[in-house]
Amino acid sequence: MKKKLISVLLSTTMIATILGGCGGGSNNDSSNAPADNTSTNTESNAPAADSNASTGDNASTGDNAATGGSAAAVADDGAVLNIYCWNEEFKSRITDHYPDYTEVDATTGTIGDVTVKWNITPNDDNAYQNNLDATLLKQADAAADDKIDIFLVEADYALKYVDTDYTMPVADLGITDADLSKQYQYTKDIVTDSNGVLKGLSWQACPGVLFYSREVAKEVFGTDDPAEIQNYVKDWDTFNDTAATLKDAGYSIVSSVNDTYRTYSNNVTSKWVVDGKINIDDNIMKWVDDSKELVDAGATGTHDLWSDDWSKGFYPEGKVFAYFGPAWLVNFSMAADTAGSIGNAGGWAATEGPQGFFWGGTWVCAATGTDNASIVKDIMLKMTTDDAIMTDIVVKDDDFVNNKPVMEALASGETKIMREGETEEHEYTSQILGGQNPLAMYCAGVDGLDLSNLSAYDQGCNEEFQHAMKNYFEGNATKEEALDLFYKSVVEKYPELTY
Amino acid sequence: MKKSKAVRYNKWGYIFLLPFIIVYVVFQFIPMVTTIYNSFFENYMSGLTQIGPKFVGLGNYQKLFSDGDIWIYAKNTMVLWIMCFIPQIILSLLLGAWFSDTLLKLKGQRFFKTVIYMPNLIMASAFSMLFFTLFSDGGPINSMLMQIGFISEPYKFLSNTGSARGLIAFMNCLMWFGNTTILLMAGMMGIDTSLFEAAEVDGATSTQVFFKITLPLLRPILVYVMITSLIGGLQLFDVPQILTNGTGDPMRSTMTLIMFLNKHLFSKNYGMAGAVSVLLFIITAVLSLIVFKVTGNDKRKG
Repeated sequence: MKKKLISVLLSTTMIATILGGCGGGSNNDSSNAPADNTSTNTESNAPAADSNASTGDNASTGDNAATGGSAAAVADDGAVLNIYCWNEEFKSRITDHYPDYTEVDATTGTIGDVTVKWNITPNDDNAYQNNLDATLLKQADAAADDKIDIFLVEADYALKYVDTDYTMPVADLGITDADLSKQYQYTKDIVTDSNGVLKGLSWQACPGVLFYSREVAKEVFGTDDPAEIQNYVKDWDTFNDTAATLKDAGYSIVSSVNDTYRTYSNNVTSKWVVDGKINIDDNIMKWVDDSKELVDAGATGTHDLWSDDWSKGFYPEGKVFAYFGPAWLVNFSMAADTAGSIGNAGGWAATEGPQGFFWGGTWVCAATGTDNASIVKDIMLKMTTDDAIMTDIVVKDDDFVNNKPVMEALASGETKIMREGETEEHEYTSQILGGQNPLAMYCAGVDGLDLSNLSAYDQGCNEEFQHAMKNYFEGNATKEEALDLFYKSVVEKYPELTY
Repeated sequence: MKKSKAVRYNKWGYIFLLPFIIVYVVFQFIPMVTTIYNSFFENYMSGLTQIGPKFVGLGNYQKLFSDGDIWIYAKNTMVLWIMCFIPQIILSLLLGAWFSDTLLKLKGQRFFKTVIYMPNLIMASAFSMLFFTLFSDGGPINSMLMQIGFISEPYKFLSNTGSARGLIAFMNCLMWFGNTTILLMAGMMGIDTSLFEAAEVDGATSTQVFFKITLPLLRPILVYVMITSLIGGLQLFDVPQILTNGTGDPMRSTMTLIMFLNKHLFSKNYGMAGAVSVLLFIITAVLSLIVFKVTGNDKRKG
């Protein structure tokens, strides 16, 4: 009996440790922007927050008056505001920055006399979408208090929801184009349906740049100045030549071929699906050819993003020169808190890289049938258009907000910031990037983004394409075989497509 | 009115059977019938739009066979099962014989029986995550092999057909050999000890005893083990799914039938998934029948 007990105990601890390990890993899995930042500095920023509140209120009352007509058609007497999302990020933004929100407990809060209910389903294994799908399909018959009011989406599958009637046009809420003039165009492209109607808004933009290791740059190129390094990575041909130089010096230019994928796939000129037929853009095929060359030359690996092998380059021993990513990657996901990592020593620097791209981001959509239209509208307006609130988000949470004038003022140093524990105001700089102010680069990258070539099939196509091509890169299949595998996998996911 | 003298207990028999019948009908029979029914329809979700259900007759089956890939996955599944079953049955027979041998009187039997059963207690998913980490390109196994100078470049275990399949078979073997050992041991202990004693008196070697006495008398249990293992093997899913992240890489050489079935559930494609399920049902039935016949367990022909 004793032995049985011991064995049960042993195995339980074993399972627990293994699961603990997984838990840590799966946190990294979410491809959206990172969780909340640690710095919450309510005290010193209290005046700023107050002024937010007043400006925000004024703005929204003005709009109400102007566009009250169209908003009147939507119900506005709900007692419960249901928000569907997959992590704590939006909740912490609302808690910290939305003036009327009071937190009650982990999954509820109040705005005035309306109860806010957070329905958080993690992203893993498509669970969030499955849950959202099931609930949205029942939306019409649901009791008023159970109806979804707001749900969040990511770029990869935004169109799946945006292109249906389950998502409400923001214009129907009474939000005008003028309200949104400061937002970056690409954030609107992603949530514009096939008829050109805008159906969601985001408070953040996630333009990506190239983060390279200053140390490696000094060793191989004799300088770590971003402007000079940019010459080595200014377009794909130069980038691939540089890869050879780095390979000779014992470094991989990027950790994995999947690092460069987004940069190519955000710069396509056609959609994944044209008239029900799968279509592979030339730029994607260029990624295949360039990547095959890099892998064959031994200049980079084929690891999946977020795998342990991929993350090795966060440390000097990983021998990786650069990663492609937006601000949140370098700030939160590259082990900057761990002693010995490159980020911890301020060893990264940012440069624009070959092409602009974006990665991550969360969009706020209003569900058709919402009974809290005015609150939904107010949340959207305050969180995604209010200058003061958005500046506050940058300062406290290091987000790159979806507000061009705010970001440009911070980039040029016109807006000074003061963080917790600091005594004087200064220009926005990044510790992890060795004191560089990268915002100008992000701003430049985000301006050039054109995302009109999204389709509702992007998530499945991008995933399957990377999976299938891995076989080609590793020499287990010819290019044709790998492409066949890709077509096959996509048709399994989307039976209505042909190739 | 005439009362029958004999008290009839028949109805109690039926009443005691009822719970099983209800559970079987609700959770096994109805799903099976609806699966077959569904396999004749085109019925899936495109995003948030429901397509079908539209009756297409045998259309789903036609598609399945014209693609032909289903046989590749069936072959993968069988290869993985055989790779796992042969070492497993040898190991289990050996251990079972040792544990049940009264002459050997192994010490610490209970401890070892617990230890060999333990891998089965771990969730398959946790187990595969562990192996995934151990055998990743930069994982501990690779660094160890490189340190002792066995290889100079990391060996990509999961990118080579042989090693990927080998790993899956090894994990399954490790997880199930304890279970098989205990089943076989139960069978062996059920054999009349006087037979062993008689053999000993006649001067039989332990090899002779094993092949001439233990094995033949163990046949019913062996057949049972084989059929359950075969059915389990055909339903192989969790280990390869997690080890290869659902891709069945390299080039789908580790994609099993159930993994293929799972691929159709992304779009809630009940039609195709139903067709695959029905096919899987038929394959399982046929294979089980073959095993049953070949091992001569069919009593009907005397």
